[in-house]
Amino acid sequence: MATQLDVEQKSDTEAFRDEVRQFIGENFPEELKGQGNAMSAVEGPGDETPAQKKWREAVGARGWGTPTWPSEYGGGGLTRKQAAILNEEFARAGAYNPIGGMGVMMFGPTLLEFGSEEQKKEHIPPICRGEVRWCQGYSEPNAGSDLANLQTMAEDKCDHYVVNGQKTWTSGGQWADKCFCLVRTDRSDKHKGISFLLIDMDAPGVEVRPIQMISGLSMFCETFFDDVKVPKENLVGEEGQGWTIGKRLLQHERTNLSGGGSMARLMGASLSDIAKKYVETDDNGRIADAVLRDKIADFEIRWNAFLLTARRAAEESKAEGGVSEISSVLKKVGTKLGQERAELAIEIMGMQGLGWEGEGFTEAELSGVRAWLFGKATTIYGGSTEIQNNIIAKRVLGMLDHQ
Amino acid sequence: MAVLNDEQEMLRDMAREWTTNESPVTEWRKVRAAGDPQAWDSSVYATMAEMGWTGVIIPEEHGGSDFGWLSAGLVVEQLGKTLTASPLVATTIAASAIILGGSDEQKAEWLPRITSGEVVATLAVDESARHDPSKIEAAVSDGKLSGTKKFVHEAHGAGLFVVAATDGLYLVPAGDGVTLHNRSLADQRNHADVEFSGAAAHKLASGGDDLLEQVLDRARVLTACEMLGMAQQVFDTTLDYLKQRVQFNQVLATFQALQHRMADLFADLALMRSAVEGGLQALDAGFRTSQAATMAKAEANRVLHLVSKEGIQLHGGIGMTDEYDVGFYLKRARVLEASFGSTSYLKDRYASLSGY
Ligand SMILES: Cc1cc2nc3c(=O)[nH]c(=O)nc-3n(C[C@H](O)[C@H](O)[C@H](O)COP(=O)(O)OP(=O)(O)OC[C@H]3O[C@@H](n4cnc5c(N)ncnc54)[C@H](O)[C@@H]3O)c2cc1C
Repeated sequence: MATQLDVEQKSDTEAFRDEVRQFIGENFPEELKGQGNAMSAVEGPGDETPAQKKWREAVGARGWGTPTWPSEYGGGGLTRKQAAILNEEFARAGAYNPIGGMGVMMFGPTLLEFGSEEQKKEHIPPICRGEVRWCQGYSEPNAGSDLANLQTMAEDKCDHYVVNGQKTWTSGGQWADKCFCLVRTDRSDKHKGISFLLIDMDAPGVEVRPIQMISGLSMFCETFFDDVKVPKENLVGEEGQGWTIGKRLLQHERTNLSGGGSMARLMGASLSDIAKKYVETDDNGRIADAVLRDKIADFEIRWNAFLLTARRAAEESKAEGGVSEISSVLKKVGTKLGQERAELAIEIMGMQGLGWEGEGFTEAELSGVRAWLFGKATTIYGGSTEIQNNIIAKRVLGMLDHQ
Repeated sequence: MAVLNDEQEMLRDMAREWTTNESPVTEWRKVRAAGDPQAWDSSVYATMAEMGWTGVIIPEEHGGSDFGWLSAGLVVEQLGKTLTASPLVATTIAASAIILGGSDEQKAEWLPRITSGEVVATLAVDESARHDPSKIEAAVSDGKLSGTKKFVHEAHGAGLFVVAATDGLYLVPAGDGVTLHNRSLADQRNHADVEFSGAAAHKLASGGDDLLEQVLDRARVLTACEMLGMAQQVFDTTLDYLKQRVQFNQVLATFQALQHRMADLFADLALMRSAVEGGLQALDAGFRTSQAATMAKAEANRVLHLVSKEGIQLHGGIGMTDEYDVGFYLKRARVLEASFGSTSYLKDRYASLSGY
């Protein structure tokens, strides 16, 4: 039976839903229907059309691109429930969230936790408005999985630091306004010598060189720092706290990378639908190639079991008030299945699924090839599969280090 | 683990406590040593009935608690962990056929006796060594059933058979016209070929055309629950072993090659649990049950197969000994994998259900 309270809450949520609908009606340009977010982490900036700009500004002004962030720093200040309604209504209208990128995915949540009041006031509102692009300066030529081996040095010059060194694989570095960096402030201790520093990408001495990937895209760069002056205010937390802060940020990164739902959307049509388009079916509508049909079923069963697992991890985490153990497998399983799927799609399409450019291929076919190749990165970045296995073995299963 | 309500948590804790204290694998060893083809202890089954486990899916009007499939699955999972031999799974599956397809009279006649533990029942479908419900020749005329069912679980000691005939499911009480031929499988549990020659048969007429498939879906999910408990147990035991066994002056758990294999199994086990619990939840919700059940058993087959193999390998020589428990799980695993659908059967079915 509905209590008085339920009824009031219900009318509250309905009122909020109306508010969202009205907002979309007034601000969302019809021509953008079905488009994606141009600020997502892997795409270039492109040039914003006036309609895109209008939509970004409207959403940004309300803080609704970062709905649950505190409103005092420009976030939406919404409850989770309201944020869910917002999502639903955006989806219903075919509208996308125009606020995104690494600032939203990883840097913002970390700064909200560890930043000073001044830093939050300075950096969070522009992220909420989608005005600033951030990139991640973690990896170096000799610091990949062994990230703590990083050597980029920030020397203390009283009121500022001077930074020298090289970062690599900096995604979106060529388009970024700012970089959150792990730098060394002390050579005597591998982990405690690391600090978390914010660097302007247009500061004198910063140079980026795009790297071409196997997919033909260049979405990441080598980044060089040559006597770059960085004000002391840009240190997040304390000197030596960088490893703790940096790892917290990686948790946000992994959560985003493994989110089952968003992966499913990324993947588009089901393999069986692709197969029905590209290979023969028998009179009953079955895929005639029995081996291929078996492979597809095998994949789809595991994929659906993965989606159920992602849902279960979220439910368990909520019920337990912490992070559930099985969350630790989501990144490695989701990325592996994503790669398997891309390989199977190619197997289904044959040569037609391997088009590089030019005539004779649809847009979807060409982008599928690039996505297949780019997808190989998913088991490398954000903590490679092998590193995930190390983490699961040690932290979850309690298997010890080799002596 | 799915998020449970208080009732379900209590039931699971009770089952966990009971299996750990009263029914560890040593109990199975005793049953095996006794060599009776029934291969379960009647007093143990009576205790299960007293604890209410026989009535978890049975409506209250027939003496059950009607807690539902997720609850039933929680109990069965615990039984799987310690390889507790009992006809609980078989009887629950058979009871579901009566609940879905029985007349009021049939329900009133059998369900209370199933709940009380007086009657053990089992489903008899397959007529060859491989599961194939499309190949059924057993037929009923004038209320008399003739035909032979192969590898029927828990047939010894069963008072009632739920039998798939050419035109539907029938209730056939043990007795005249029903003959058992013992089949001893690697798991050394209770299996028999059951020969029906003019046995009195009563049709389950209310369930609709797909009654058999609905019952088989329940069989698949509940079997998958037993498999889940087994897989979890093999995994836990293997992990413990790796943390104790010393070679090269290290416990084996420090070797990365083994760590990564365990991490892979851990991930597979997570998928298996999600699929199995998804199957139970689908049965309770009555939504897309066939697909969910097929997926549950397919994942159970895949993962238990892997875990039971790795369990032996990672134990080394000791895993090959009868004295050590892990081999029991391997042998039981293959029998359950073949029950109600091998992996290839289930994938074919999944594809068909999904329209490709
Ligand atoms: C597309 C893409 C985008 C990226 N974007 C960014 C970015 O924006 N910012 C940034 O800072 N970095 C970024 N990275 C870098 C990424 O974080 C690193 O590639 C990653 O940490 C792995 O490091 P590595 O490439 O040096 O590989 P290595 O660490 O050299 O690893 C090589 C292989 O050895 C395995 N391996 C390593 N250590 C172990 C171990 N202890 N046990 C077992 N196996 C091990 C690895 O799993 C891998 O298979 C990006 C990478 C890619 C591919």
